[in-house]
Amino acid sequence: MTTQLGGPATQRVLPVTEPPAERSVTAAGLITKVLLLGLLVAVAVWAAFPLIAGDHWVGLGVLVTTTAGLLYLYLTPRHVPAKYLVPGTIFLIIFQIFPVLYTASTAFTNFGDGHRGSKADAVTAIQTGSVTRVPGSTEYRLRIATQGDPATGALVFLITDPATGQVQIGDAGGLRPADGNPPAGYTVLTAGQASTRSAEITDFAVPTAAGAIRSAGLSRAYEGKAVRAYDAVADAIKDTVTGKVWPADESAGAFVAADGERLAQGWKVNVGFANFTRAFTDDDVASAFLGTLIWDFVFAIGSTGGTFVFGMFCAIALQSTRMRFRGLYRILMVLPYAMPSFAMLLVWRDMFNTDFGLINNVLGIHVDWLGTPITAQFAVLLVQLWLGYPYMFLVTTGALQAIPGELTDATKVDGAGPFQSFRRVKLPLLLIALTPLLISSFAFNFNNFNAIFLTTEGGPFPADNPNSGATDLLITYTYRLAFGGSGAQYGFAAAVSIFIFMIVAVVSAVSFRRTRAQEEVYS
Amino acid sequence: MTATAKWIKQVGWRHLVAILAVLFSLGPIAFVLSAAVNPLGTLSSSSLVPSGVSPDNFSRLWSDTDFGHWFVNSVVIAALASFLSVFLSALAAFAFSRRRFRGRRTGLLALLLIQMFPQFLAIVALFLIFSTVTDLWPPIGFNTWWGMVLIYLGGALGVNTWLMKGFFDTVPKELDESAHVDGASHVQIFFKILLPLVSPILAVSGLLAFIGTINEFLIANVFLRDGAAKTLSVGLYGLVQGSERNTNFGMFCAGTLLTAIPTVGVFMYLQRYIVEGLSAGAVKG
Repeated sequence: MTTQLGGPATQRVLPVTEPPAERSVTAAGLITKVLLLGLLVAVAVWAAFPLIAGDHWVGLGVLVTTTAGLLYLYLTPRHVPAKYLVPGTIFLIIFQIFPVLYTASTAFTNFGDGHRGSKADAVTAIQTGSVTRVPGSTEYRLRIATQGDPATGALVFLITDPATGQVQIGDAGGLRPADGNPPAGYTVLTAGQASTRSAEITDFAVPTAAGAIRSAGLSRAYEGKAVRAYDAVADAIKDTVTGKVWPADESAGAFVAADGERLAQGWKVNVGFANFTRAFTDDDVASAFLGTLIWDFVFAIGSTGGTFVFGMFCAIALQSTRMRFRGLYRILMVLPYAMPSFAMLLVWRDMFNTDFGLINNVLGIHVDWLGTPITAQFAVLLVQLWLGYPYMFLVTTGALQAIPGELTDATKVDGAGPFQSFRRVKLPLLLIALTPLLISSFAFNFNNFNAIFLTTEGGPFPADNPNSGATDLLITYTYRLAFGGSGAQYGFAAAVSIFIFMIVAVVSAVSFRRTRAQEEVYS
Repeated sequence: MTATAKWIKQVGWRHLVAILAVLFSLGPIAFVLSAAVNPLGTLSSSSLVPSGVSPDNFSRLWSDTDFGHWFVNSVVIAALASFLSVFLSALAAFAFSRRRFRGRRTGLLALLLIQMFPQFLAIVALFLIFSTVTDLWPPIGFNTWWGMVLIYLGGALGVNTWLMKGFFDTVPKELDESAHVDGASHVQIFFKILLPLVSPILAVSGLLAFIGTINEFLIANVFLRDGAAKTLSVGLYGLVQGSERNTNFGMFCAGTLLTAIPTVGVFMYLQRYIVEGLSAGAVKG
């Protein structure tokens, strides 16, 4: 029975489409694919050699797995979304997620100046640091060299033995024979270059079996004996001359003597939540932190609100079709947007200069703008207004054009004045359109490092607290903690970073939720 | 009401606002221009109206500093980083807009959340990562173009991806469906159909990324220490540090004007898309 019906039926069936896997493949597409994957393999092979040479087997494993995974992903017809998501995600993981997690983990340690490496590193540093000259020891001829920039590159000592004339390279890892004089790749510092870095050179020590080689002036070096030694049994540093003992304190990551004296070189240990509680319990830090937090909100809201209101006002002023020169006005107004902002921030800083700044000159006054808290805060907000309003102006102009003219006409018919029509119809519509933008602008300004660092550097600072100034944002405050002159405190800086993250995330999440609610009401 | 009063009420005030805004916008730029051609080249001798016109600051900038290197570094890094990051972002936006997969909503939210942690807060970690990278692979380590580009690409997925996803969503899905029926692969749909249609938002994201990268100071300041490897922001900042602040001001302003050239160039090149893309981006968020 089936055969009878089957015959005519098959003729009526539409031609079957090809299965999706057999999509058209162009020659150009295929070649591009092969080239890109070839490039990937080539880069992976190139990257593998240093890993093998350095015995970084875990790194090599990650590299091989990633490459194999990528090859599989782009050779299989499956997992289409992943093909598009993976490239960006790889960078995101390496350069954002991983550093963020790392930062988060340092927040629980005392990582910073004096607490950088392991305990063994600290012991080596203490021993080499305590080297003093033994009378009658050999004096070597010394030249100071570097592989990088003479002003900033890492230093090495080129040491010539007066007896044999043999040259050796010495750095924090010890001595090794040099392959030339000066060895290939090294630049010898001139007397002038060396003397500008004399403090570094004085502190520089090359560890040797008996003690360390240190400099005596800029052209001579000697081998000396370590006065302080680590006693593994007592787990303490002992001074062989005075007999003083500094036992290790594992909870603080430092060697602390009975009289409370603490050696500068310590090591990294976990301190739990101490960095987080310090922001609230340490009186100096707590008052600075709260003040900075409040100003940070004022600054972010002031910058965003100010640029938005002024930009919108200008956009509305330029809305009328009866107005001439609109195009010219627009171009001239948005010019600040085209100027490099980092440079203009520095220019503004100098325009606020007390003695020869443009603002005092033009106004004929003598105000120390960046010297008192209120004027400095006003100044940075004004700079933000200048930098930011052209963008808001452009965006509101676009959004205003998107509001249908019928709406405004309708309000006119209903008897609304221009202000009422703006307040009741245009503004709510604008806000719906621009709220996401305003929120991201807020989040950006909350952490607007350049705006503060390049103008006031956080100042003016109160006399009693050089760490937190009147215009400091949390981010510039954190930067000073981590990289500032008075000793780096990465652990604490990381803890503050996490606070910043939580504040911005919460504010943004709440406002995004509110926007959505608003949108449902109006649309 | 007289005709003049009516004109003032309806049009005149608009001109007043526009003129005041233009003055506000142009004031600092005029100052930079005047300081750049000021023959004395110091901050104390600079004013709104230059005392003379001379190219000294420009020629000193060229001969006394590595300005040429800085300029090339900045343009290359910013161009590479913004082009690649727009491309990566567009790829991801395509997946988020056109494909339905597990973890799509979570992924979008996670992108937004990660953005809230500004990349440079993690600068200590980045510094440690790159210390290792420089030891192993010097060509992509400190003081290199690729090192900087790689770091900036870490921020490629983020707000831009959201902006683009919103724009992709406005392109009717029927377009790709009909292309699919005609036998186009997803790669062809992406490159040949969608990318041309979303070019305004690509242009805007590209411009914003370019401006952002060329102005980026903090990461560059930590990663580029060698004189010739610096970017414009790091190099020019160094010109007006400490005691040099007054004497180098003219050179600094000359450099500022030259720095505006690539930005203005990109702006002009992408101009026809800009207003459309900005407003569309704003509406879509």
